[in-house]
Amino acid sequence: VDTLARVEGEGALLIKMRGDQVTDVKLRIYEPPRFFEALLRGRHCSEAADITARICGICPVAYQMSAVQAMERALGITIDPAVRQLRRLFYCGEWIESHTLHVFMLHAPDFLGYPDVIAMARDHRAIVEQALRIKKIGNRIVALLGGREIHPVSAAIGGFYRVPAKKELRELMDDLKWALDSALESVRFLATLPFPSFEHDYNFVALSHPEEYPFNEGRLISSKGLDIDPSQYEEHFLEQHVEYSNALHSTLRGRGSYLVGPMARFGLNFAKLPAVAQQAAREARLPVPCRNPFQSIVVRAVEIVFACDEALRIIEDYSAPEAPRVGAADHAGVGHAITEAPRGSLYHRYELDGRGLIQTAKIVPPTSQNQKQIEEDLREFAPQIASAPIAEATLRCEQAVRNYDPCISCATHFLKLEIVRG
Amino acid sequence: MKIIGCGNLERGDDAAGILVARRLREWGMDARETTSLFDAWDVGDDVVLVDAMSSGRKTGTIAVWEGTEFSRPLQLRASTHDFGLAEAIGLARALDRTPIRLRVYGIEGRRFGIGSALSPEVAKAVEAVSLRIATEAGVQPLRTV
Repeated sequence: VDTLARVEGEGALLIKMRGDQVTDVKLRIYEPPRFFEALLRGRHCSEAADITARICGICPVAYQMSAVQAMERALGITIDPAVRQLRRLFYCGEWIESHTLHVFMLHAPDFLGYPDVIAMARDHRAIVEQALRIKKIGNRIVALLGGREIHPVSAAIGGFYRVPAKKELRELMDDLKWALDSALESVRFLATLPFPSFEHDYNFVALSHPEEYPFNEGRLISSKGLDIDPSQYEEHFLEQHVEYSNALHSTLRGRGSYLVGPMARFGLNFAKLPAVAQQAAREARLPVPCRNPFQSIVVRAVEIVFACDEALRIIEDYSAPEAPRVGAADHAGVGHAITEAPRGSLYHRYELDGRGLIQTAKIVPPTSQNQKQIEEDLREFAPQIASAPIAEATLRCEQAVRNYDPCISCATHFLKLEIVRG
Repeated sequence: MKIIGCGNLERGDDAAGILVARRLREWGMDARETTSLFDAWDVGDDVVLVDAMSSGRKTGTIAVWEGTEFSRPLQLRASTHDFGLAEAIGLARALDRTPIRLRVYGIEGRRFGIGSALSPEVAKAVEAVSLRIATEAGVQPLRTV
């Protein structure tokens, strides 16, 4: 595949085959490096949320949440529980928006045999219209809490610059109830798609919280025994430069590749999903854990159900915090945070000096964590399409890459497939 | 008339659509900047979209299409972050959500890199397109100092 369409950023996929044997798979990310970590040095800690939000146009909330929470840890700030709930709601908006766009506009056409959503819309009009409406509700939540839809500006260390009144949130409820019902319908529809038969015994990595399906807080756990505080992340994970890509490859020390994102969260935290989402997953006959990456499209839809349900719960229980945010004096410190972006765990670490200026910053986005696993999956999957004509093989590979909803801009920073047949 | 400017301020000439929207707002017109084109108009609207283009024409060239003749792109370049103007119009057409009138102004750019400067030809074209839209709408442009 020369240029990967319907993924974010610029990249290419090289698969070398001899007969039906795959000899090499390389996901090359050639979007230029973006140097955000260096750009942050010398900036005041309060600027990190707005600077890092610019890394990504679709998941700015994730960047803002990891940034402010890491700063709060560095400065020893405890936030108001109502602010914590609002942050979860903010995240619900981003998941609804991001997952809906990916599932229906970008990934579903692959399964239904359309070149794109425009062609799909002619035959599946109701589904596309429904998806656009669900997405719009996600946009509204992000706009309300973030001050605007794109690159929200309201998130701050210690809270928000402005918090909504209960009345403003309640105005979202009718639409959210509609969205929840529609998301449930869409899970049933997506469960009927034809899924290529493919499974991998993944090492899933996701946050885990004692009571909640993870968004913004918890320990980082894996299906193969990892259980750490976010501050221990760099003791266990390694970022390596590979020659052919501008994104760093992450590995779990001693264990190699791993998978973050919807399938990992679902597999590790199924019991924390609300009853309505668990029921939807069971009706869709999703195994727990689900090991077929092509079924990730259904898992994402289950997460849309969860996000709508969670948003409704938060709004019902909401009472505004006493103050929009709590302040703290600048002082030296180190803070770490991991939150669950739509595509998976997003790690931030900052080191501050006595004036609250950033000395070092480290950001590990979900796509760079999944990159090695994507290559390994494609290596296993490629023989299935080895004898297919190049156009068909290209489509299937693109569909496979979209299983991970990679955000190449975030990871460095369009995918090209090249199949070299020997 | 609803004017929608598309683009990215941080990518050189890609800022053209946004800059037109800003200029028209200075003249008191309803001009927005958006990256979410699906929700940007209703069926009854008279819509003007302005975006930068990269078509091999001379830098600063202005092209105008009436919505009905705006051809579908040969290759979709959508992503989760970036569902382009042509795709949004294509989808709107498939869903019968095209506005009552749709015009698209394209301004040919040269530099689209992160952090690159606006080309002088594009800056000139931004002013020309703004004037054309304002004149068509019967709005008197304010003299800018």
